[in-house]
Amino acid sequence: MSGYDDGPPWHLQESYTFDRHVISEIRRAANTGIYRIRGFGAKRPLPTLDDLVFLGASMSRYPLEGYREACGTDVVIGAERAERPVRLRIPVTIAGMSFGSLSAQAKEALGRGASAAGTSTTTGDGGMTQEERGHSETLVYQYLPSRYGMNPDDLRQADAIEVVVGQGAKPGGGGMLLGQKITERVGEMRTLPVGIDQRSACRHPDWTGPDDLEIKIQELREITDWRVPIYVKVGAARPYYDTALAVKAGADCVVVDGMQGGTAATQDVFIEHVGIPTIAAIPEAVRALQELDVHRGSVKLIAAGGIRSGADVAKALALGADAVSIGTAALIALGDNDPNLDAEYRALGSAAGAWEDYQDGTDPAGITTQDPALAARLDPVIGGRRLANYLQVLTLETQTLARANGKSHVHNLEPEDLAALTVEAAAMAGVPLAGTSWIPGHE
Amino acid sequence: MFDETHFDLAQQTVRQVNQALHGIGESADASARRFRVTNPKGAHAVAAGLTAPISITIEGSVGYYCAGMNQRAEVTVIGNAGTGLAENIMSGTVKVTGNATMSAGATGHGGLVVVEGNAGARCGISMKGVDIVVGGNVGHMSAFMAQAGNLVVLGDAGDDLGDSIYEANLFIRGKVASLGADAVEKELRYEHQQLLAGLLDRAGLAADAGDFRRYGSARKLYNFHIDDIDAEVAARAARGSVVDRVGGAT
Repeated sequence: MSGYDDGPPWHLQESYTFDRHVISEIRRAANTGIYRIRGFGAKRPLPTLDDLVFLGASMSRYPLEGYREACGTDVVIGAERAERPVRLRIPVTIAGMSFGSLSAQAKEALGRGASAAGTSTTTGDGGMTQEERGHSETLVYQYLPSRYGMNPDDLRQADAIEVVVGQGAKPGGGGMLLGQKITERVGEMRTLPVGIDQRSACRHPDWTGPDDLEIKIQELREITDWRVPIYVKVGAARPYYDTALAVKAGADCVVVDGMQGGTAATQDVFIEHVGIPTIAAIPEAVRALQELDVHRGSVKLIAAGGIRSGADVAKALALGADAVSIGTAALIALGDNDPNLDAEYRALGSAAGAWEDYQDGTDPAGITTQDPALAARLDPVIGGRRLANYLQVLTLETQTLARANGKSHVHNLEPEDLAALTVEAAAMAGVPLAGTSWIPGHE
Repeated sequence: MFDETHFDLAQQTVRQVNQALHGIGESADASARRFRVTNPKGAHAVAAGLTAPISITIEGSVGYYCAGMNQRAEVTVIGNAGTGLAENIMSGTVKVTGNATMSAGATGHGGLVVVEGNAGARCGISMKGVDIVVGGNVGHMSAFMAQAGNLVVLGDAGDDLGDSIYEANLFIRGKVASLGADAVEKELRYEHQQLLAGLLDRAGLAADAGDFRRYGSARKLYNFHIDDIDAEVAARAARGSVVDRVGGAT
């Protein structure tokens, strides 16, 4: 025995540069001639919100009693301009994921869970289904470059409109849905031939740049009679400028999606090598909002990309976000990567904990599939309850941390409550390295 | 002759006009279904988001997104139109007597868009079922990623016509500067000439359907090309052929 399962004998040394994963990928590329397309999000080590800690109360900071004292969690978006602002009970929303990439059952479960928890869910690159509209108390309608399934009747049914400029998994890239998932229903919704490998547009077809976007937002408001808020979602590329330009264009809310954000199908090279981490993106977006005097005011900030726990939520809010958005974590709550399915994942060449082949449509959990038999495995009612429970835990954890820092509303969390565990995190987040007053770049 | 309601954009805002137009109910009688808009002076989103079968004549040039997402209404612009004329039109008719700039009829799902003059770049981009008839020329990247519907151009087309096109039909009477990726010329058969004649008639533009050329998708980009050398090597091995020893799943 080597001491490692399937590892080489101890006297041999594997290359750090050409490790097994690298060798496997080169061999796969040599065999197929096509780049690797997969789902999930970035998998390599990245600076994360784990690199921050809360300081908690002390002699100079007074905590709130952890179980009884009020700690508000509500979020209101679009109150200044929209006739019907979005009102959320919790600062965690469900990110845009299309019907097509997800099964109808999964979309329904997301709607049920989000509604039970008092938050919003979001359509995706493929239009609105009645399953999600019917089960989502607050539904955000994504307005994407492809305009697949784009319909003014659906637009007017939405509670908010999110103009998608980019997503964290692939800033600068369009959507992708492989032929296995372009069924008759999906193809009809998107006006595409069944079975094609859909590669969505990456640029909007009728506007270019922030000046045009301002006019586009005016049009969307006109068509919906100024009833609902308009969000602008960007992948975390240049968050300071993108946020400032979105505000200039008239957005009620800016969604900044860090590079840990998930995807249903994207080139691996894109997922792992484009964009910046969420921890680095939030402070830059906040800086833009503060300079424009709209932070925690008329324009809200939703941070996304790799949010997993109440700690992540609380840290994102402390850095200045008004809410966060989750995608991958919500799917895991529904049953994605469930260890109970390990044998089935292995039969597909994967394993529980490593399942990422959302693009294949073979998901044994019935979430990222259009196969009716597989999709039927997901009970939308049970899935919705699991998601609602998970959202409740995120909220309770966030409140726990807020109270520990003496805050009666989660929006009162602030960078001063944080310290960084690494120099990199201190520089990116703009908070002091723990045990020091040093913020790299702020001398 | 029915009466018509007059909106003057020198006196009223686009919001006021659109709100009034959005409020036209199904039960409105014919006299309440005809409108005239004056002094648009390049205003944006004029007559955007209409849903009722009403008739509107806009006297003067409009800015971006005139008649955006139109449903059932008949909108005529006596003048020129800015970017995104009738973008995402679902049904009804939008006609411009002059020129339209970029992205005319973009992503339209249905209905008819007529530009009697020229249309700029990206005319019919990502069209999803709309019919577009242009009396003059269209600019570069027109019908980019066009999914369904018909684009008829009586003049010339710019570079990269129909790049990454799906199942839309492109009928061009004049010269095509260049075709985009996966766009090819296709046979103009009798049924296409019939379709074309009908579109020209609906658009009120005179031309001989036989003078056009038809372009569409070669369908070579519909799916990724994926090689599988390992499978080939395994098959050779199964036949007893000598094969190299690399490859195979890990």
